[in-house]
Amino acid sequence: MSEPRNLIEVEDLRTHFFTDEGIVKAVDGVAFTIPTGKTVCVVGESGSGKSMTGRSILNMIPYPGRILEGAVQWRPNGAEPTDLLSLDPKGKAIRAIRGNDIALISQEPMAALSPVHTIGNQMVETIRLHLGIGKVEARQRAAAMLAKVGIPKPELRLDSYAFQLSGGMRQRVCIALAVACEPKLLIADEPTTALDVTTQANILDLFQELKNDLGVSILFITHDLGVVAEIADEVVVMYLGQVVEQGPVEQIFHDPLHPYTRALLGSVPRVARGRAKRLNTIRGMVPSPFDRPQGCLFHPRCDRFEAGLCDQSVPPLERYGDARTARCFKAGGAG
Amino acid sequence: MLTYIARRILFMVPITLAISLVTFIIIQLPPGDFVTALSAQASENNEQIDPETLAALRERYGFDQPIIVQYWKWITNIVFHGDFGQSFEWNRPVSELIWDRLGLTLVVSLATLIFVWILAFPIGIYSAVRQYSWGDYIATFIGFIGLAVPNFLLALVLMYVTSRFMGANVGGLFSAEYANADWSWGRVGDLLNHLWVPVIVLGTGGTAALIRIMRANLLDELKKPYVELARARGLSETYLLLKYPVRVALNPFVSTLGWILPTLVSGAVVTAIVLSLPTTGPLLLNALFAQDMYLAGAFILLLSILTLIGTLVSDILLAWLDPRIRYE
Amino acid sequence: MSDAALNPSIEASAGKAARTKPEKTVAASGQWRLIWLRFRRHKLAFWSGIVVIAIYAVALFSDFIAPTTAFSYNAQYTYAPPQMVRVWGQDTDGNRHLFYVHDYTVTVDPIALQRSFEPDRETIVPLGFFVRGEPYRFWGLIPMEHRLFGPKEVGQPFYLFGADRLGRDVFSRTIHGTRVSMSIGLIGVAISLVIGIILGGISGLAGGWLDEVIQRTIEFLKSIPTIPLWMGLAAAIPLNIHPLIVYFWITVILSLIGWTDIARIVRGKFLSLKTEDFVTAARLDGCGQQRIIWRHMVPSFMSHLIASTTLAIPAMILAETMLSFLGIGLRPPVVSWGVLLKESQSILAVANAPWLFLPGLAVIIAVLALNFLGDGLRDAADPYGR
Repeated sequence: MSEPRNLIEVEDLRTHFFTDEGIVKAVDGVAFTIPTGKTVCVVGESGSGKSMTGRSILNMIPYPGRILEGAVQWRPNGAEPTDLLSLDPKGKAIRAIRGNDIALISQEPMAALSPVHTIGNQMVETIRLHLGIGKVEARQRAAAMLAKVGIPKPELRLDSYAFQLSGGMRQRVCIALAVACEPKLLIADEPTTALDVTTQANILDLFQELKNDLGVSILFITHDLGVVAEIADEVVVMYLGQVVEQGPVEQIFHDPLHPYTRALLGSVPRVARGRAKRLNTIRGMVPSPFDRPQGCLFHPRCDRFEAGLCDQSVPPLERYGDARTARCFKAGGAG
Repeated sequence: MLTYIARRILFMVPITLAISLVTFIIIQLPPGDFVTALSAQASENNEQIDPETLAALRERYGFDQPIIVQYWKWITNIVFHGDFGQSFEWNRPVSELIWDRLGLTLVVSLATLIFVWILAFPIGIYSAVRQYSWGDYIATFIGFIGLAVPNFLLALVLMYVTSRFMGANVGGLFSAEYANADWSWGRVGDLLNHLWVPVIVLGTGGTAALIRIMRANLLDELKKPYVELARARGLSETYLLLKYPVRVALNPFVSTLGWILPTLVSGAVVTAIVLSLPTTGPLLLNALFAQDMYLAGAFILLLSILTLIGTLVSDILLAWLDPRIRYE
Repeated sequence: MSDAALNPSIEASAGKAARTKPEKTVAASGQWRLIWLRFRRHKLAFWSGIVVIAIYAVALFSDFIAPTTAFSYNAQYTYAPPQMVRVWGQDTDGNRHLFYVHDYTVTVDPIALQRSFEPDRETIVPLGFFVRGEPYRFWGLIPMEHRLFGPKEVGQPFYLFGADRLGRDVFSRTIHGTRVSMSIGLIGVAISLVIGIILGGISGLAGGWLDEVIQRTIEFLKSIPTIPLWMGLAAAIPLNIHPLIVYFWITVILSLIGWTDIARIVRGKFLSLKTEDFVTAARLDGCGQQRIIWRHMVPSFMSHLIASTTLAIPAMILAETMLSFLGIGLRPPVVSWGVLLKESQSILAVANAPWLFLPGLAVIIAVLALNFLGDGLRDAADPYGR
C-alpha cells in the first residue's frame, strides 16, 4: 500500500469525565490517523468530544477527566512510535513534545494569551524552553515568526499586550506562538469560530500557507463544514464521543455514508440554484451525556431508523472502499 | 502611569474635604459645646473659670458663630497650624494626644496586613489548586469561623485562654517597664513581643476573607484557556501556575488592600479596647463617652484619611501590576 | 412576539445546562423552580437555611421558649456555672425522673467572699415540657404562664448556660436576645434594601449627573472606616431616650453603609440589562418604561438581590453586637447578644465565669448559617452562571 506515512495514530481512545452527576463519555473508542503533512478535520456538534480528542493527543485532560484506554502513537519521521498516553502527563518527556513537536491553538484568542504578560515574553519563553537559545536570538526568532504570520511591525508587537490587539491579530499571535518551534503537528481547536468571516478566511489561508511552508500536519477541530471544505484533506465526523464516519474530504462531501454526516451537510445553507428550499435541520437535540441512547447513538434523530435494529445493537465501524469507514447498519444502502 | 497617579491623588481632595465635613457634623451632633461642658465640669468641682477665658475659647473655636464658620475655623486650624483643638477631658491640646497612638495603630494595622497576606496567599493558592482536598476543606472551615467570630469575642477568648492556661496577661502592647519609656531597641522588641495577640485577633477575619478571594479568583483563572495553552507549550506545572494564573489572580488580591485596610483600622479600634492597647481605640471610645468631641473628631478624621491613603496605595500598586489599567 | 424574542436566551441556557449540569426538568422549569432545584443540591446551604428559619422562629417565640423571663434573677445563684441536663435517673427517695438537673451546693469563701458551686448530686430539679412558669405577656399582649420547657416547680435553679452577676439565666437571656439581634439585622437590611434599590435604580436607569453623584457618594461612604463612623454616630444618640428609639437609630446607622453594596448591585444589573436582547425585544414590542423595569428587568435580578441581601444580614448582626458590646449601641434593659456579651467585657468576670461567652456562640451560629445560606442562594440564583 502506498499510504502516506502516518504522524499520529490514535487507537481506541476512551476519555471519560467522572462528574458528580455521573460519567460523561466524552471520547468513547475513537480511532483515526493523521498522515504527515496533511490536514485532518474533526467535525461534530458541541459535546461530540472533538475538543477532548485533541486534548487527549497532548495527554492533557482537565480534572475530573481521565484517559481510560487507548494509545496515541507518535511517529515523527517514521521513527519507532512512542505512545504519548503512556507518558506521565506532567513529566519531562511529554513536556518536551508539547509546544515543540505538537502545538495547540485554541478557540478564544482573547483568553488564550496571558492578560498581564507581553506577547514577546510568552514567545521567548517557549522558544528558549524548547530550542535552548539565548534571549536575543529567541527574540529575533519570535519577531520573525510574527512576521511570518503576517503581523506588521513585529518588533514593536513583541512588547504589546494581548488586549492591545484586534481579535484577528491575536489569533495570528497565537498561531505564531504555536509554530514558534516549528512543530510537526498543530492541533487547532476551532481557531476561527470566534472571528468574523473575513478574518476567518485570512486565518484559513494562513493555515494553508503554514502547511505548505513548514510541512506541518494539522488536526483541525471545527463544527463548520464550510471551513472543512476549505482546508481538510481528511475528515473525521464525531457524534457523542464516537467516530461515525471518516474519509477523504471529497468523498465525504459528495457521498456521505452516515445519516448524521448527510444531515450535517443538509443543514448547511447554500446558494441554491433554482427554487429556494427550506433549510434542513437535524431533528431533536443532542442527548444529554448522561442519557445516551441504546444501540446506535444517533438513532433517535435518524431518518433511516429501523426499530429493533438500530435501537438494539451498536453498529460497528465498517470499512467502505480503501479509505473510508462509517458506523451505520444502513450505510451501504440506497443514498 | 504618572497621570493616573496624579488623577487618583487629585480625586482624593474632594473626598478628604467631604470626610472632614462629615466628621465635623458628627462631633457637633451632641447638644452643647465643650466650653459649656468645661464650665459645667468646673462648677461641679466648685471651681470657677473666669468668663474671659471662656470667651476666649468661644472666640477661638467660633462657638457663637454659624456652624459653617466653626467648621472653617476647625479645618483651617488643622491644616495650617496642626491644631486639632482642645481635649476638654485631658485638658491638653488634641495634637499632643493623638500622634503616638495613631502611630501605634498604624503599626498594628500594617503588621496585621502583612500577616494576613503572608498567610492568605499560599493557603489560597493551595486551596484552589487542591480543590476539594482535606486541606481545602480545613482552610474553608477556618475561613468561615474567621468570618463569623467577632473580633472582640476572639480577643476575649484568646485573653481568657492565655490567662487561664498560660498564666500570662496578653493585654497591651508593652510590658510595664517599657510602657512609658522612650523608644529604644528594647522597647521595639517588647512591642514585637506583644504584637502577635492583636495581630492574630485582627488578622483572622481578614485572612479568612482573603483566602476565599484568592481561592475563588485562582479557580476562575485556572479554567482560562491561557493556562491550558501554557501547559500545551510544554511549561512545567509549578512554573506555569506561578507565572500565569497566580500572577493574574494577584491583581484582585492586591486590590483588596483598598478595603482590607479600612477594615483593619476599624477592627483595630474594637480589638484595642478589649486588649487595652495604647492605640486610638480606647481613647476614641472614651472621648465619645465623655463627648470630648475635638479628640474624637481628630481620630475619626485621621483614621479616615489613613484608609484613604491605603486605598490610594492599593490603586497605584494595582496599576503597576496590571497593564490593563496602566494602558487604559 | 415576545416569546420569539425570548427564545434565543432560553435555547442558549438550555444548551449550556445540557453541557454542564443536565437535568431533564431544566428546559421546562421557571426561574424560581430552577433556583430551588439548584439550591436543594447545595446541602450545606439547605441545612443552613433550616437553621436560619429555626433561629427566626426562636426570635418570634422567645417569650415562650426561654425558661425564664429576661429579668428574673436570684442573688443566691450569682455566677452559678452551667448545669448538665441528665436524661434518666433516680432521686434519693428512689423516684425515677426523666430529664432533670442537679441543684448546687454553695460554699462561700470567707476571705474572698466568693461563692463556689458544686452540683448537689442529692437534690434533683425535675424538668418538663410545657411547664408553668412566671407569668408573662406573649408578644407583650397575651397573658400566659406556660413555657416550652423548664423546671417543673417555678423558681428552682435551672441554668443551662450558667448565671450572670445578678444570678440571671444566661440561656434564657440569650433566647430573649435573639429577637433584638436577629431583627436588627433584618430591619437594617430592609432599610438598606429600600435605599439601595431606589438609589441604585436611579443611578443605573437615569445615568448622567445623578449617577455620578450617587456613585461618588457610595465611594465616599465606603472610604470611611465603618467602626469609627458608627461609633461617632452611635455616641451621638442621647442616653435618656426610649430604648426603642435607640434601637431604631442603631438600625438606621448600620443601614447608612449597608445600602451602598445593594445600590451597586442594582445599578450594575440595570446597566448590563439595558443592552440585553430581551429588554430590547420588550422595547420593540412597545412595552412602556415602567413595564420593562418591573416585568422584565427587576425579576431577572431579584433572585440575585435576595442572595446579596441575605449575605448583608450577618454583617449587620456583627455590627450591632460590636456596638452594644462597646456600650454605645443598645443598652440594658434591652436584651441583645451584644448587650449580653458586654457582661464578659471584664476579664475578671470571664476568668471566673467563662460561660458568659456562650451568647457569642449564638452570634457565631447565626452568622455562619446566614453566610452559608447566602452563598448557596447566590450560587443558585445564577442559573446561567458558572
